[in-house]
Amino acid sequence: MNTKTRTEKAFWAAGTVIVVGYALVPVAWILSLSLKRSDDLTDHKFVPRSFTLENYRNIFDDGQFTAALRNSIGIALIATVLAVGLAMFAAYAIVRLDFPGKTVVLSGALAIAMFPPISIVGPLFNMWRSLHLYDTWPGLIIPYMTFTLPLAIWTLSAFFREIPWDLDKAARVDGATPFQAFTKVIAPLAAPGVFTAAILVFIFAWNDFLFAISLTSTNRARTVPAALAFFSGESQFAQPTGSIAAAAVVVTIPIIVMVLVFQRRIVAGLTTGAVKG
Amino acid sequence: MTATVPPATLPVDVEPPRSRRRRASLRARSERRLGWMLCAPAVIVMLLVTAYPIVYAIVLSLQRNDLRFPDQAAFVGLRNYADVLASSLWWSDLATTFVITAVSVVIELVLGMGLALLMHKAIFGRRTVRAAILIPYGIVTVVAALAWRFAFDPTTGFVNALLDTNRSWFAERASSLFVIILTEVWKTTPFMALLLLAGLTLVPDDLHRAARVDGASTMQRFTQITLPLMKPAILVAVLFRTLDAFRIFDSVFVMTAGANGTETLSILGSNQLFNRLNLGIGSAVSVLIFVCVIVIAVLFVKGFGASLAQQRGERR
Repeated sequence: MNTKTRTEKAFWAAGTVIVVGYALVPVAWILSLSLKRSDDLTDHKFVPRSFTLENYRNIFDDGQFTAALRNSIGIALIATVLAVGLAMFAAYAIVRLDFPGKTVVLSGALAIAMFPPISIVGPLFNMWRSLHLYDTWPGLIIPYMTFTLPLAIWTLSAFFREIPWDLDKAARVDGATPFQAFTKVIAPLAAPGVFTAAILVFIFAWNDFLFAISLTSTNRARTVPAALAFFSGESQFAQPTGSIAAAAVVVTIPIIVMVLVFQRRIVAGLTTGAVKG
Repeated sequence: MTATVPPATLPVDVEPPRSRRRRASLRARSERRLGWMLCAPAVIVMLLVTAYPIVYAIVLSLQRNDLRFPDQAAFVGLRNYADVLASSLWWSDLATTFVITAVSVVIELVLGMGLALLMHKAIFGRRTVRAAILIPYGIVTVVAALAWRFAFDPTTGFVNALLDTNRSWFAERASSLFVIILTEVWKTTPFMALLLLAGLTLVPDDLHRAARVDGASTMQRFTQITLPLMKPAILVAVLFRTLDAFRIFDSVFVMTAGANGTETLSILGSNQLFNRLNLGIGSAVSVLIFVCVIVIAVLFVKGFGASLAQQRGERR
């Protein structure tokens, strides 16, 4: 590709600048709002006139937000571990073992990936109330795990398919059982794929809103996205916009850090999915 | 070894390599058992949390079941469906959902293609672009919706100052839908772009070079070579995004809560279930949404499945 002309280069460079701006403007805006003093909130300016951390102090003094943050972190992490754990076994079986029904597992998972969550939120609400799972951590962990299993299974299957077959065969020749071949040989090789699946699952669980507002009612299990939506009405602050913005920035930071550190993995997980199909 | 599809969208090659077919039957049997054992936990969880509730939703949808009047619960047959389908709200919400879905998916496809080309062609800054666009992808939808809401809000926002107007964007249907679609596009174009990029990397450079030698213009090369070869990737991306956009909930909830004719089907379902506590009607809406999703998926697969299968067949 060394035939590129200078204008072409300039064109793509300009594109790069535009895209970076496109991606960052809303983030910069919410950051700016969170740093504004409450008097300046309505000044219609993109950049704050003076900076204050008052909004951050307020939300961390407010038990509601810290509880929501704790719930979000705990629920997302547990759902991630469970989903990836279960998916790992299933993906291994699908890729490496010969058994009838694996097509059904894969296409069933695909169907669930397209499933509209709104369709089961009502029944879950009713079931969770009778099972005493309403407004609890497991009450959210279970649906998150379910809805991320398809993504995790497909991503992991794709990664597992790239693992060199010979190593597994060598292990079997050396007398390893299929299970040993899994734990001793494949698992270490599969770590990058597992990690990628975990990131995608975590992003899903961290993001969810529908289950979070439908299946929780108090600080016991309400996650940050749900808390953010209900912040405005019941906040004791004169102008909740600043607090909401500060809370929004706090939940965005982990995502931005993850994206910057693991960008290659995330892209691979989203796209290579079945590159080796 | 070249088909590129996103993790959760296309039937993937599940055939075991040929050499594994010939196996002692004892080993085959233990392998089969292990296979089922390893899959069982995931399958059971998925069935318990999706299949069972959807059946339960169908059961609920056939009952008069209002949590405010629990003793009046009774089997009413298809009356809830008749009520929902006879209400103008269902049809206007369906139309709203359809408009949001269609407009945002089309815009996303165009912008996503541009982004994909940029990431494919850019020599420097490729990593920067990739990292930048992953931010909208990863950001919590509620946060994105709040950011845009505050931006367009007449009291706190900068947009009105920028455009030098006094518009209240969320007071009427068209402008509310505009902001909602903008948010949707902002948030999900990167995903579309990444899927398209994966398809783009499959187009062999040789073909382009050959066409260039033959005197094809950039535009011709794009429409005659790139697009046809990318067709499977495009279809998958569009199908995936269509189904995703169809269940739009978070951003509408945050920005207008369905006011001024911006109510979508998911908002309607959730309102019936959780504000009115009418499990019967709410479940009927939920089941109908489920049916819509199936219809969309089937239409896509019927309409484009053949060409997809053909493409994949050729590759093998």
